[in-house]
Amino acid sequence: MPIVPLSRIADARSGDKGEGSNVGVMARSEAAYVFLKGALSTEAVRRHMAAINRGGVKRYEADPLRVLNFLLADSLGGGGSASQRTDAQGKTHGLALLRLELNVPQSVLDATPE
Amino acid sequence: MPRKDKVLVANGQGFWGDSLLGPIRLCREGPLDYLTLDYLAEVTMSILQKQRLRDPSKGFATDFVKMIERTAPDLVAKGIKVVANAGGVNPLACKDATLAVLRKQGFHGVKVAVVEGDDIYGELDGLLASGETLANMDSGAPLASVRARVSSANVYLGAFPTAEALDAGAQIVITGRGTDPGLVLGPLIHEFGWKRDQYDLLAAGTIAGHIVECGAQCTGGNYTDWRSVPDMAMIGYPIIEASADGSFVVTKHDGTGGMVTQRSILHQLVYEMGDPRNYIGPDCGADFTSIRMEEVGPNRVRVSGAKGCAPTPTYKVSISYENGWKALGQLTISGPDALAKAKLCSEIVWRRLAYDGCTFSDEEKTVEFVGANTCHAGIDVPHAAEPTEVVLRLGVKGHDKAKIDRFGYELVPLVTSGPPGVTGFAGGRPHATEIIGFWPALLAKSKVTTKVSVFES
Repeated sequence: MPIVPLSRIADARSGDKGEGSNVGVMARSEAAYVFLKGALSTEAVRRHMAAINRGGVKRYEADPLRVLNFLLADSLGGGGSASQRTDAQGKTHGLALLRLELNVPQSVLDATPE
Repeated sequence: MPRKDKVLVANGQGFWGDSLLGPIRLCREGPLDYLTLDYLAEVTMSILQKQRLRDPSKGFATDFVKMIERTAPDLVAKGIKVVANAGGVNPLACKDATLAVLRKQGFHGVKVAVVEGDDIYGELDGLLASGETLANMDSGAPLASVRARVSSANVYLGAFPTAEALDAGAQIVITGRGTDPGLVLGPLIHEFGWKRDQYDLLAAGTIAGHIVECGAQCTGGNYTDWRSVPDMAMIGYPIIEASADGSFVVTKHDGTGGMVTQRSILHQLVYEMGDPRNYIGPDCGADFTSIRMEEVGPNRVRVSGAKGCAPTPTYKVSISYENGWKALGQLTISGPDALAKAKLCSEIVWRRLAYDGCTFSDEEKTVEFVGANTCHAGIDVPHAAEPTEVVLRLGVKGHDKAKIDRFGYELVPLVTSGPPGVTGFAGGRPHATEIIGFWPALLAKSKVTTKVSVFES
């Protein structure tokens, strides 16, 4: 199976939620969504973002929208004005997750626009 | 009053600091019934409360008054109504300033309404005495544990008081803290006569409000496939073309940049999202997964089918409190060996401070090498080149102000007592500034009374 970044089959947007952030992952095809429901586990996201997020990861599935929404519990270095990080609002966490390299079946790639 | 068939509601300001061109162009470049403007964030309320304590005529979004001054000729000529949460912690003063700029330009008889009741800062002790704990929604700690340090407390009000103000004939509605989607929902309740128990309709208006609440973030701003966004410089701000049955078309004015597609809207739908099936607002719950989207024309996406449910018996309360001190400074380190020299600079600062008895835990320190994958720390970037220059950002936080200020002395000296190529110290010595903590809580709706007043220029 080809190894490709998540960005090959999905879009993402992120923002702050209290002391953490959310990353909405939008699959660009039904095939990509079905694949990601299996492959993009909370554990895979937790490991990939471990240097950014000190807390747990929670996942919500929104099948009709082909969206997986991840909540990173402690990813801003303190919430609100307590964060001194450059990305104090988690604006770039979506692009960070899109860098994750995955083994994606060729059939999923064929069914998903670049 | 005859109800309109379609109502056009735009958002021209996604946050305090958004482009001035959003509202100006929305008034100018096509038809519009309502212009909504969002000025408040959690930290903003605390800053405004402090401004008001120093000067009773302050404590609101001053940019809003400048915006009204600039757009007033268009607003009056075209009869565009404005709904803004610009009141901050002093909506009556915001109203006075707004009336003044209208009168100055000779616009008399413009009705300006004020929604009050969100600001519970002055009632906190009474509420605590009556048995409300205002416990922190995350930690469970009672507010009493930080009561002395609280600097603002505001309820997220719903959209019905705004609708009431519009029912009373207001052209401009100024609120304090309400929910962002409520800025759009209020006009729809007013126009279509939606009732408090019509949860699917209220959910539709809430979702419409959520889609436009960050301005151009649903028309191609902050979009993954950014190369495909046409004319980003002249990006159009979003407009909801609403119908009484709760369906709506998301669009933008003809000729503006950016784009409205299912994909651009989905990007905003997931922004700051929690449980997609249970978005909790003051007027209803909303199920984001219930909607259908279809592209019905160029830059026109129809959204329908929204499902809602009854709201909770509580309001969310946004409380801010003083939570220590922080300082942050930065220096630019040129190459060669920029990253290695930046790392050395960081070590030097901490060792010199330690020599003087001033140490910080990792938790209290911020160390960033901007240019060397700071935002995506820990994530391997294939084929990344060594940066040719790096911005070193060092910060500290804690409850001892003197210690935070002591840190500030050891950054700039690196220019003469560190490795070569250290510059960019224009900001001077970092000083301690206050950390504003955020305390989310819930309050029984029965404890909150709203008030709508209408004035005239």
